[in-house]
Amino acid sequence: MKAVCWHGTNDVRVETVPDPKILNPRDAVIKITSTAICGSDLHLYDGYNPTMKSGDILGHEFMGEVVELGSAVKNVSIGDRVVVPFTISCGNCFFCQKDLWSLCDNSNPNAWMVEKVMGHSPSGLYGYSHMTGGYAGGQAEYARVPFADVGLFKIPEGLSDEQVLFLTDIFPTGYMAAENCDIQPGDTVAIWGCGPVGQFAIRSAYMLGAERVIAIDRVPERLQMAKEQSKAEVINYEEVDAGEALKEMTGGRGPDSCMDAVGMEAHGTGLEGFYDEAKQALRLETDRPTALRQAIVACRKGGTVSVPGVYTGFVDKMPMGAFMNKGLTMKTGQTHVHRYFRPLLERIQNGEIDPSYIITHRLKLEDAPHGYEIFKHKRDNCIKIVLKP
Amino acid sequence: MQTIKVEKTVTINKPAAELYRFWHDFENLPSFMKHLKDVKVQTDKRSHWTASAPLGISVEWDADIIEDRENELIAWASVEGADIPNSGFIRFQPAPGDRGTEVKVVTQYSPPGGAITAAVAKLFGEEPQQQIGDDLRRFKMLMEAGEIATTEGQPKGG
Repeated sequence: MKAVCWHGTNDVRVETVPDPKILNPRDAVIKITSTAICGSDLHLYDGYNPTMKSGDILGHEFMGEVVELGSAVKNVSIGDRVVVPFTISCGNCFFCQKDLWSLCDNSNPNAWMVEKVMGHSPSGLYGYSHMTGGYAGGQAEYARVPFADVGLFKIPEGLSDEQVLFLTDIFPTGYMAAENCDIQPGDTVAIWGCGPVGQFAIRSAYMLGAERVIAIDRVPERLQMAKEQSKAEVINYEEVDAGEALKEMTGGRGPDSCMDAVGMEAHGTGLEGFYDEAKQALRLETDRPTALRQAIVACRKGGTVSVPGVYTGFVDKMPMGAFMNKGLTMKTGQTHVHRYFRPLLERIQNGEIDPSYIITHRLKLEDAPHGYEIFKHKRDNCIKIVLKP
Repeated sequence: MQTIKVEKTVTINKPAAELYRFWHDFENLPSFMKHLKDVKVQTDKRSHWTASAPLGISVEWDADIIEDRENELIAWASVEGADIPNSGFIRFQPAPGDRGTEVKVVTQYSPPGGAITAAVAKLFGEEPQQQIGDDLRRFKMLMEAGEIATTEGQPKGG
């Protein structure tokens, strides 16, 4: 089959590799009909994950048709049309049973790598480095799905791939991030980052009762989408000081909750931006937390900071004084995708949202290297790319 | 003679009785202990163990169950003449709040001198603590998820 393989920083190639096969009784193999490039794939493309290996197959947002089943999978049939949560979860451990699917105890064969750094390991993930299991990803013609009896969701008839594809990751990720804001009636939510997760977080914050949502970015077309399609008020942080603007817009009090939908490769301005880029380049700091710092400082006293943005290592100059003295709460985590599939599918079915509005590019799988390139550099107004194998 | 002792604890989301029963049949152990090639149970007490080492070397020994408390503890020790004298126990203790079973394994072994020392060092790895931890993690996967998560045999690019 053809698959998108990582070979190093800024180097992905479409190669012919062996087809995946069933390795465990609870496995399935699916033929992929749609697959997307995620913003978090760019952290790998940019070379910020030291546990990537040359030849790794990328991709964790994919869907398709079941073509092969392991002997223990009884609730799915060959030919079923399914979406695949990007988190791999066993369904039986303490965490899965508490609905904390991205914290599954049993899906990461390389848990020891993570335990050394983080104390404990989260779940395995598709196509996302060896510290999260080294599983082959779904930017390919076929993929193997472990724990398929709980790791596949059937799609009802009448919905297109593009309407349901983002149930694999970014729609639930934006939704959980909004839930993590603990939104109360009348609340204002500020969201750093108007990429795909940010867009869905804006929509989700409204669904969960936010009075106002203010979105912060610097890329004009992303701000435009946030404003016109996701219906947020917007701040371009290259034009105005985001912290001051937020204060001004909220009567001096600050947003009730602040979300970092940017993560470890935030772009800082001025001296602070230089500081983080220099430290990251020298590997003195693995992650650049500009958005997170701003979110903490901007948040109103007693408010909540929600972090869907991906971090993998260590950050510097955390405003812990502000965080503690303002009595803030922080909520974060990889998304418990399994938990959100049904409720969010319902919102799509009843017409509350059609997630396909964020797609700006539809490419053939073979064109993935070009896709990574334009997505990384935000060329050609690129916001979200769907690949068709 | 130097003795190396390692211990590790993991919580498994299953009742103690189920875990005890599975472990008590030592012939099940090679299914999750990476370096164990084979265990043959010979009598109620005695079993014969074969472990693989690099370069095609095997090490073998007989072991006896020296203590056995149903659903709580199994302790074993190798008998006279083992390639690597070793002993250990596994303890099953219900976790508070009905949250499964805390499983603790303690093993100790004495690497002999002589020709097989190097092989033995490799057999037990440079970090025996991690090895017993990995074995216990696979035991947990098998008990909770019914299978051991793997990527061996999946495709990759050239």
